[in-house]
Amino acid sequence: MDPLSWFEIFARAAQQFLPVWIALVVTFALSIRFKRRLGLYGKLFDSTIGMIGFGIVMFWLFTALFAGMIVTHDPLAQVSGLRNASPGSALRSPGDLYPYYLFGGDSLARDVFSRMVMGAREVLRIAPFAAMISFMIGISLGLPAGYFGGKLDTGLTFLANLVLAFPVILLFFLLVAPEIQQTLIPKVMAGLLFLAPILFVTVLLNSRFFTQPAKRNLYVGVVLVVGAWAYAGLVFNADPAGIWSMSPNLLNVFVAVVFVNAPTVFRIVRGITLDIKTRDYVAAAQTRGEGPWYIMLWEILPNARGPLIVDFCLRIGYTTILLGTLGFFGLGVSPESPDWGSTINAGRRLLTVYPHPALVPAISLMSLVLGLNLLADGLREESLRD
Amino acid sequence: MLLFLLRRIGLMLITALCLTFVVFALTNLPAKLETLAKTQAGSRMTDAEVARWIDRNGYGSPMLQRYGEWLGVIPGWVRHDDDGTVHGRCVDRHQDPSLAGSRCGILQGDWGYSTRFQDNVSTVISARVGATGLLMMWVLIVMVPMALIVGVLAGMREGSRTDRALSTFAIASTATPEYVSGVLFIALLASSTVGLSPLLASWGWIDGRVLFQGNARSAMEDITLSNFTLPVLTIALYGMGYVARITRASMTEVMTQQYIRTARLKGVSFSKIVLKHALRNALIAPFTVIMLQIPWLLNGVVISEVLFSYPGFGWTLYEAAVNNDIELLLASSVVAVVVVLVTQLISDIGYVYLNPRIRIS
Repeated sequence: MDPLSWFEIFARAAQQFLPVWIALVVTFALSIRFKRRLGLYGKLFDSTIGMIGFGIVMFWLFTALFAGMIVTHDPLAQVSGLRNASPGSALRSPGDLYPYYLFGGDSLARDVFSRMVMGAREVLRIAPFAAMISFMIGISLGLPAGYFGGKLDTGLTFLANLVLAFPVILLFFLLVAPEIQQTLIPKVMAGLLFLAPILFVTVLLNSRFFTQPAKRNLYVGVVLVVGAWAYAGLVFNADPAGIWSMSPNLLNVFVAVVFVNAPTVFRIVRGITLDIKTRDYVAAAQTRGEGPWYIMLWEILPNARGPLIVDFCLRIGYTTILLGTLGFFGLGVSPESPDWGSTINAGRRLLTVYPHPALVPAISLMSLVLGLNLLADGLREESLRD
Repeated sequence: MLLFLLRRIGLMLITALCLTFVVFALTNLPAKLETLAKTQAGSRMTDAEVARWIDRNGYGSPMLQRYGEWLGVIPGWVRHDDDGTVHGRCVDRHQDPSLAGSRCGILQGDWGYSTRFQDNVSTVISARVGATGLLMMWVLIVMVPMALIVGVLAGMREGSRTDRALSTFAIASTATPEYVSGVLFIALLASSTVGLSPLLASWGWIDGRVLFQGNARSAMEDITLSNFTLPVLTIALYGMGYVARITRASMTEVMTQQYIRTARLKGVSFSKIVLKHALRNALIAPFTVIMLQIPWLLNGVVISEVLFSYPGFGWTLYEAAVNNDIELLLASSVVAVVVVLVTQLISDIGYVYLNPRIRIS
């Protein structure tokens, strides 16, 4: 068979993405229809930049969700004769396989298109989750540091500055290595870092409902059971049901990324808290006799949500960049992993001759981060408007 | 002011001490020492031989003691062999047995020996830092004016079409990490089969086969436009967007001030307002950001030096980390940490000088 022309390549790729297009159209139609009732999320659809960003982010999110339906080949399978094949090359004897390598083949004759699609899943499985944990840690330490001040603040700020003074890349080289995985360091750090979300949610619910013990016991009990279950699975890899699990490699990467991100979030939250705690409604709550954790989590935190949501979007983007950096240096990922960073790294050796294996993931990564940044920009604009 | 400086410098020293200890502890883990032993003395060593190598080369003593030796506050290790020769931390380095029992650490100016480059760490580091300094100089020369121009042009008329276009460009540049832009640049400009170069070559516009070179190793001897453009652009692009956005924010704020309105009402021309009244006040914030951006650029330096194989500081850091070259890695981290802390200090002091409304108490 003849190789495809560029037009055919893109037409066929667009066809593969059909589930994504349908999901996007549905999302946008519903959101625009009900945008007046959806708060800040609805207002996003008033700004063009925000909508474009949201569209790109959702595109990759749906791609990650429907990756199984989109891929044309197994991302790890090698097909003979297609080493470094140019985009649109036809398979020699397709059989019941998809007859073309849409975006060409890489140096091990694997399909670049399918690897890109699966790479989206790899990235979006870690980045938002890591950003969320970083936020919970940053919030649970930043709020008391800003609210109480004093020695606690000095100590925590010093620690945060200590981590921030570390060049990120050096920290990655030191923390993400096979030798480190043999030691207890990632386990201990994961144990500490994953404790933060459980404590955060427990304190959040307890401070709100401690006047209604029945409700409080139910909520906190559920959180503690689910938390302990996830904790056992993620940190000790000992989940009896097998739903929560993380390979040592992934845990190591995850811990390193959270460790780098949390101090920045801490500084942001601390700064906002210092500003908000002088407001009248905080004074009113103090006069009412509310406890400090109630004031921090139910008076200050909701009023700090604007900048925090914006930073959350930016942070997912930054985490994506960090994961790419790790992959680029071959740290903490298995060599055949389809994640974008390591695919770029694998493709750069033959970059000047066969650029497509590196270009495709590079452009994907760039577009996802760009989408997140545009989304953050749109959110910032809309949240400042009122 | 003096007290402030002293406190900051004291804090810097404590931070540097903590950080080097963390690096020391992480590079001296038993598993890492085993890797080092195998790379140094043969990969087929038995466990007993590894343990013996570690012990004989002074890595066997407790970690705190070895950290003290590295700092130069504790005398270096000494070993007397059966045949009467003396080995030790200070002895082996200077080939002088009389140095047994003396201190030789960074306090004495002895940075150790690089196992990767087979040379003194201080020689390696100083040569590499010089190369990277050159790279950084060009990055700043490209990045700062570009970022300021983009920021000022975008911020001078908020909401205009220029503003929209330039802001989007700035966002796009912050969304392009170095390993992406580097790959794009090489594919577009430095490949003899794809991108612009074959086209330009067939038109006869360029002499060689490619417009720019994708390998910057030759820049060590002679920096040319062809071998230095891509690494510089790669680093500058990622840093530029952020500085441009800060400049834009600062510029839009200044443009809404009363004195700008007064000047407009007086009938001063728009270009004069921007150049004479707004610019100086708008450049305070970007200054601090540029200083704080320098440590961030370090990431980009490592990525782009590895990508373009330019043997500078970033490349050395990478090599040291990959080969677990402990003393070189420690020296690199000291340099990196000092750069971070010094730029922070300069940005604080500069902020005070540029903005008389802020006084340090």
